[in-house]
Amino acid sequence: MADVAMTMTPVRRAPLDGLAGDPRARWAVPMARFSLRLPEAAIGAASASLGLDLAGPINNVAEREGCAILRLGPDEWLVLANDADSAAIAAALDRGMPDRRFSLVDIGHRQTGIVLDGADAADMLSAGCPLDLDLAAFPVGMATRTIFAKAEIVLWRTAPTRFHIEVWGSFAPYVWALLKEIGREYPVMENTP
Amino acid sequence: MLLITCPFCGQRPEIEFAYGGEAHIARAADPRATSDEAWTEYLYVRGNARGLHAERWRHIRGCGRFFNALRDTVTDHFVATYKMGEARPDRTEGKQP
Amino acid sequence: MSEAFRLPDGGRVDRAQPLSFTFDGRRYGGLAGDTIASALLANGVHLVGRSFKYHRPRGIVSAGAEEPNALVGVGRDEAHYTPNLVATQISLYDGLSAVSQNRSPSLERDAGSINDRLWRFFPAGFYYKTFMWPRRAWTRVFEPRIRAMAGLGRAPKAPDAARYAQRYAHCDVLVIGAGPAGLASALAAAEAGARVIICDEQSELGGSLLAETEARIDGLAAQDWLAATLARLGAFDRVTVLPRTIAFGYFPHNMVGLAQDLTGYQGEPDDAAPRGRLWQVRAKQVVIAAGAIERPLVFPDNDRPGIMLADSARIYVERYAVKPGRRAVIFTAHDEAYRAALALHRAGVEIAAIADLRGAPEGAWIDAARAAGLPVRPATTISGTDGQLRVSAAHLAPIADGKVGRAERIECDLVLMSGGFTPSVHLFSQSRGKLRFDPALEAFVPGAPAEASLMAGASAGAQTLEATLATGYDAGDQAAGVSGTAQVRHFAVEAAPLSRGGFLGAVPHGRDPASVRAFVDFQNDVTAKDIKLALAEGFRSIEHVKRYTTTGMATDQGKTSNMNALGIVSETLGRPIPEIGTTTFRMPYTPVPFGYFAGYARGELFEPVRETPIHGWAAERGAVFEDVGQWKRARYFPEPGEDMRAAVARECRAVREAVGIFDASTLGKIEIVGPDAAEFLNRLYVNAWTKLKPGRLRYGVLLREDGFIVDDGVVGRIAEDRFHVTTTTGGAPRVLATMEDYLQTEWPDLNVWLTSTTEQWAVIAVQGPKARDVLAPLVEGADISAASMPHMSVAECRVAGVPARLFRVSFTGELGFEVNVPAEYGRAVWETIFAAGQPHGVVPYGTETMHVLRAEKGYIIVGQETDGTATPEDVGLGWAIGKAKPDFVGKRALARAGMAAQDDRKQLVGVLTEEPGFVLEEGAHLVADPAQKPPMTMLGHVTSSYWSAKLNRSIALAMVRSGRDRLGETLHVPLADRTVRVTLTEPVFYDPEGSRLDG
Repeated sequence: MADVAMTMTPVRRAPLDGLAGDPRARWAVPMARFSLRLPEAAIGAASASLGLDLAGPINNVAEREGCAILRLGPDEWLVLANDADSAAIAAALDRGMPDRRFSLVDIGHRQTGIVLDGADAADMLSAGCPLDLDLAAFPVGMATRTIFAKAEIVLWRTAPTRFHIEVWGSFAPYVWALLKEIGREYPVMENTP
Repeated sequence: MLLITCPFCGQRPEIEFAYGGEAHIARAADPRATSDEAWTEYLYVRGNARGLHAERWRHIRGCGRFFNALRDTVTDHFVATYKMGEARPDRTEGKQP
Repeated sequence: MSEAFRLPDGGRVDRAQPLSFTFDGRRYGGLAGDTIASALLANGVHLVGRSFKYHRPRGIVSAGAEEPNALVGVGRDEAHYTPNLVATQISLYDGLSAVSQNRSPSLERDAGSINDRLWRFFPAGFYYKTFMWPRRAWTRVFEPRIRAMAGLGRAPKAPDAARYAQRYAHCDVLVIGAGPAGLASALAAAEAGARVIICDEQSELGGSLLAETEARIDGLAAQDWLAATLARLGAFDRVTVLPRTIAFGYFPHNMVGLAQDLTGYQGEPDDAAPRGRLWQVRAKQVVIAAGAIERPLVFPDNDRPGIMLADSARIYVERYAVKPGRRAVIFTAHDEAYRAALALHRAGVEIAAIADLRGAPEGAWIDAARAAGLPVRPATTISGTDGQLRVSAAHLAPIADGKVGRAERIECDLVLMSGGFTPSVHLFSQSRGKLRFDPALEAFVPGAPAEASLMAGASAGAQTLEATLATGYDAGDQAAGVSGTAQVRHFAVEAAPLSRGGFLGAVPHGRDPASVRAFVDFQNDVTAKDIKLALAEGFRSIEHVKRYTTTGMATDQGKTSNMNALGIVSETLGRPIPEIGTTTFRMPYTPVPFGYFAGYARGELFEPVRETPIHGWAAERGAVFEDVGQWKRARYFPEPGEDMRAAVARECRAVREAVGIFDASTLGKIEIVGPDAAEFLNRLYVNAWTKLKPGRLRYGVLLREDGFIVDDGVVGRIAEDRFHVTTTTGGAPRVLATMEDYLQTEWPDLNVWLTSTTEQWAVIAVQGPKARDVLAPLVEGADISAASMPHMSVAECRVAGVPARLFRVSFTGELGFEVNVPAEYGRAVWETIFAAGQPHGVVPYGTETMHVLRAEKGYIIVGQETDGTATPEDVGLGWAIGKAKPDFVGKRALARAGMAAQDDRKQLVGVLTEEPGFVLEEGAHLVADPAQKPPMTMLGHVTSSYWSAKLNRSIALAMVRSGRDRLGETLHVPLADRTVRVTLTEPVFYDPEGSRLDG
């Protein structure tokens, strides 16, 4: 009976497929995503397993090539990695933390990524995000869960004029459309990607 | 919109938080040993303080943590916020930190 | 019509940019820089509205936000129409179309003015005293007529075509008002390096400086100093300057709401650009530099068109180069009117008299007026005015020894009044700052602040330009908070000082108080007599007087009237003003169109519309959707020519006889992981979890601590330390929040973590006797035969080539599976299953069919059968309770009195109508005796009711008192037109043995 299944090549469809958006916003490539939860005592072991320091301050990002770990709370990290590394991440934690005092949950399809890139990116987000997005108050490398109008998002500043937004799939079209609407107030510059 | 100091994330706007009712109302360790009256009290009776009020908040659109706060219900000023499990700060009055 | 009252030179209007506009259909000319009000005055038009109650002709009183009369509707068509705009605040643009309000058929000939002749019948509180009977006349006669007569503008008839923007902003110092105090504040804060936002309601920054032609600051003419200061501010990149931006509300913790006009002042040239933007500014410090508002004097017939505030008239001359009239009588208790008189005199307005209430006014301004030959009359009052659509004369009467003497009639077309200035403390008061009465100023001034705010300039009581600038700079410097060493800066000001004080209350007029009307509140038509009447009728609190007379209410919030009302109360009661106190100032400071608050949240952006990964397929199939919270769910899939009943009957038949496919992706899902996961579930759910083996499912019931059902769902144990919990669609966020609450606050000792996976998985239910035949060829890595995969089990495997959690579970009573696959594969897997099901007759079904199928089986839906007062026993779920468990959430409450089955509780039963074709309405009540006189004794209510195609009759579920003991009884359902006989039955209508679950 497995023969039928083996011959299939399933099509992956993202929530934003085919939806026009603001020129400064683009859909982030599919990636592996995990919600990682563990107690303080396990931070060291997890850091060693993943090769990234999880002990950094809350609302900051630890990064290496192909993997970023966003510390969203005292015991919560959002792992964003190359899609291909998904199994390796789970295996590394299984190996390194035999007492299993942690929770790793695959949320690769729960949410989707939007990159907003342009001189007006912070102002555009301020149309719906109540946080102070001044570079001094929200520097590059800061990441936090917050809200954008009527959607919950994770907001990560990856460059002075670039943000990575993580949003649940069913809310992504809303965020996408709202950014497009807000974008009408901000003319697109020639050199904007 | 209130400005609330999350013990983990710092000052954040109220819109990121969910209110959790009066603080320091512990569930009995053995509810079977609790009288009907005491259980009713636990379920339904709250202080409704005028002045300083210890209350629970959750930074639900942030770090997700519950924490406690002392808020003056007359002025809406927060006098202190503190982590779950910590004792209520010894204050009788105060201004917004 | 030519602008006959426009001065040949001066002012800040641009004579090179003539504009054309209409008012009530008549075309007029104006200039760039005009407001509607200044342009109308340039054309000699004073009459702009009819009053609220008496429909009296009313004219432009002021030049700013305090304007009570000149409310107009503006907009080129219904989609751009905004009512109740203040003509003194709206910048003129070419083609502007404005109309007056509250009149019919026209301003000059208004039918409602009959009220003015009947004014004696409309005292304060008249609507509390009249229209009492006959009762039925209220809804049919009185109310419709009153509604037609009263009120201000009308709502537009078309949806607003404009777009509105919103923005959160943050700064160290927010400066409200860009007059001399605000500019000095912003300058100080900017120089200290602070992040500054400065806003001003007017089109140009400068406030009073825009009409200042005499004073000099730091050696510069005031307007040159203004230009230099604005240039200086513009050079700071951390300073945001927002003109045309009203700070309308002061919210807790230093959040201030601003409404910025973006294109409205250009006549909404382009609907693509937002008309306005709502700012929510969080400031570390707020400097309120909102200025002061001149008070009218309360004298008989003080409301005729052509009667204005003195300083406003001066502003029309100096800023807009408009003469407000040809011959003016000036009535004052303050030096400001002399300054106005001199300005008007210079502009060529004849000053017929200056009546000064003060016995012996003296000072530089009085001397200057006398030197200019203006007729000053000390100790003089105005006892009345003449004129219908425009004032034509004032009656001046001397006051001697407290007595008003014989009046002299002086012809004029303009009366200017000045009772002194009231500091604008609205925002400070909104912030819950305490006001303090300053007897020297005869005004409420800011006292102790409740927020991190500072007051500056005239709104803090500063009386001179020098003090205004100095307090402004000081406030800005303090607000920036640089090391506590306040910068002191002296502004060298050359200007003649103005007097303090003024007059509060109603002026003496020597006439029969019963026969005159001296208006206190122009907008609400409240007279001095009305306030005295309220006091005579026993109202004492100023808040009660306000509500009884309506003084200080409505769009202007008493900006010009509050202090005079207080003065009258104080004098009448013989108590000082501080004892009487003041009313609360409400937001908004001036009206803000609703569109600002709606912002982007219109149309498709009103709220997120959540669609499942399979939504597109269903939409292409022509599914009819229903809203479940924010989710869109396919309700049924009609074939051509089918209505809902036919479609649902067909879908039900397919599931009962072959196989159906259903999108259950919206089910809430929570992944519970950690060594203590089972223990956590034990403490939370009524069920026992410890013995549940990995690979098995269990139906879980969740209670609140009060013992009532709050949610239910199937829980799968994926591994020793990993559970896949499902919740109701609507309950997902609530259940997760409840779980987090217990975990974080009651049981922090547990090593377990919760993650929402609702959107990680698309859920495809395949239900019906052929379900296994459809799925089996698509599954790899699991044997789904009945032997290896019994009912209520779960396998991790691949389905259609995709990693899946395959649940064997049924909410239909048939053999069933739920295929969980990563969401972005959901549609592909659905399509594959659908294709594989074709030979078996697979049919897509929606939520309506799902409801019917589960009701046939007596499965409850939390929130439909339960209403927050149902225990597990009540709905037949007592079996789910782990009886051996010492505790779980809600267990203690179940042991309380009144919670047991014998306590005459409402219990779940089935209901069959005697007439099989009749489908009851959900919510209908059941009674024992249909002949009982209402109110009847209601035994219960219908919770679910459907047509069952399978049973070829209607079925219903109900919650009925002691229902389990009444099985077999006949009850009655009284409806509007008939009473229906029903029999109570077991709630399971179909396959009570459950034999079909195995296919």
